[in-house]
Amino acid sequence: MSVDVALHHDFGGFFLDAQFRVEHKGVTALFGPSGAGKTSIVNAIAGLLKPREGRIAIDGRVVLDTKANIFVPAYARRIGYVFQDARLFPHMNVENNLRFGWRRAPVRCSGEEFAHIVNLLGLEKLLSRQPAKLSGGEKGRVALGRALLASPELLLLDEPLVALDAARKAEILPYLERLRDEARVPMLYVSHSLDEVTRLADHVVLVRQGRVAAQGSVFDLLSDLDFSDRSGAPPYGTVLDAKISAHRDDGLTVLAFPGGELMVGRLARPPGSRLRVRIRAEDVMLACEEPRAISANNVLAATITGLRDGPQTDVQLDCGGAKLVARITRSSAARLGLAPGMRVFAIVKSVTVDPQIGKEI
Amino acid sequence: MHGILTAAEMEALLLSLRVSIVAVFCALPFALGAAVLLAHRRFPGKSMIDGALTLPLVLPPVVVGYLLLLALGTRGPLGAWLLSNFGIRFAFSWTGAALASAIITFPFQLRAIRQALEAVDGGLREAAETLGARTLDRFVNLTLPLALPGLIAGAITAFAASLGEFGAIITFVSNIPGETRTLPLAIYSALQSPGGGLEATRLSILSIILALAGVALAEFAQRRANRLTGR
Repeated sequence: MSVDVALHHDFGGFFLDAQFRVEHKGVTALFGPSGAGKTSIVNAIAGLLKPREGRIAIDGRVVLDTKANIFVPAYARRIGYVFQDARLFPHMNVENNLRFGWRRAPVRCSGEEFAHIVNLLGLEKLLSRQPAKLSGGEKGRVALGRALLASPELLLLDEPLVALDAARKAEILPYLERLRDEARVPMLYVSHSLDEVTRLADHVVLVRQGRVAAQGSVFDLLSDLDFSDRSGAPPYGTVLDAKISAHRDDGLTVLAFPGGELMVGRLARPPGSRLRVRIRAEDVMLACEEPRAISANNVLAATITGLRDGPQTDVQLDCGGAKLVARITRSSAARLGLAPGMRVFAIVKSVTVDPQIGKEI
Repeated sequence: MHGILTAAEMEALLLSLRVSIVAVFCALPFALGAAVLLAHRRFPGKSMIDGALTLPLVLPPVVVGYLLLLALGTRGPLGAWLLSNFGIRFAFSWTGAALASAIITFPFQLRAIRQALEAVDGGLREAAETLGARTLDRFVNLTLPLALPGLIAGAITAFAASLGEFGAIITFVSNIPGETRTLPLAIYSALQSPGGGLEATRLSILSIILALAGVALAEFAQRRANRLTGR
């Protein structure tokens, strides 16, 4: 199952011209700077905006086709929407907010499933509260639950974290990760934060000035050297899929990924757990010979597959199939005589590990 | 109460309450309907209709009463038709007083309800729509409950204004004791009769107490409604 989207709309001078596909599995991020047209795209998908031309099909079910004069109204689309500002109904308590969409769903989820989602989002203790008495993070979780309980076939999330401070963000992110890993609803996640995208998304649709600039898997797209040109964002580096292969006696945990092994500080997850690992381009050094007597734990053999000069030089590396990016100074690149095809050693100074809950390989 | 008020005073009080309650409840559905149209719909001639609906607020009440007399008096075109076909008579009847009050106080209700409807966040309606709620469903379960405080405030303001209505009532349905002599008309009548100063004072005090009770009631209702809507 997948969602196909093609839109064309003119907002009096701002043209939206987007075509992409949301895969059934996992989270697709709609990523781009503010004002790129991301919210307009999700509004059109939800049915809150009628584009001049377009076609949207959810697993073959056409909800919009301007050529065939089809416009399924928002209430009949079965597309969940989590708004930036939560939009809880102020005259209903949390439970009635949650039941609003659930009552109106053509196929209601069972009481058991209802309880499961309430539990998953940690809402048990909030059920009898009024929205005015909730914190920002709690409101976000209720909005998420309310949308999910309407049993949507696609869930749209429009920057659900943007209005929250860092602490509240950290409170909600794990819930979003759980949802990604447990809920069977494809999600389209709008964000202009690369951090959120690299942590949550499986696929990325890059939107710039109303157009789709690139799309692909998060593992490929972010380590693409042209990515920062296309996104207008600073280059990110690498997102890797890894799993815990062992906990060592010296307090380190060994992560296995296609290109080798990474050593990180002790993780409280059993061996076999799947994890998402992020390595920023700034945190990778290069050496032409294998360094010995070095404090860094992670030295990986790699082959240079591409170079890109800017104010600094970005070097793309192939590490047993995994793509890494190193950002070094231009003078270092020249001194080492780096060129595509060269065998080098990548020294990884720092690794960020994101837990993926409940997924074992 | 009977010990304090004379029979005539009691009569005027109860009549005033009856006229005002009927006026408010009869005008409410029309005010709600007009408010929905003006708040949420765009149509040609909207500003004209908007202006026309607030006319009773700016027209002299005597003029409104006279127009009603022309149209609905027993020899007026509409009045004759209603009387011969349905046996409904507004002229010289308390129902006529209620009708006049309803028309005069209609803009109070319209304005309050319209403002309350416009204050309901459109984003909430969008959220409700994505959760499967159709237009009527959204109105009944979201917009209306959220606009309830405004609706109640409008009704109470209209009720208070209706209690004081004089010109339109006396012009349209005259000043008949027990039928159309509401409190303001009773005060006027007392002042017209020699030695009626004390009577006028007593009725005025009664009116003031009624007005204060209305204000207190409005405050109470507003608080209850605010709690209900989570503000």
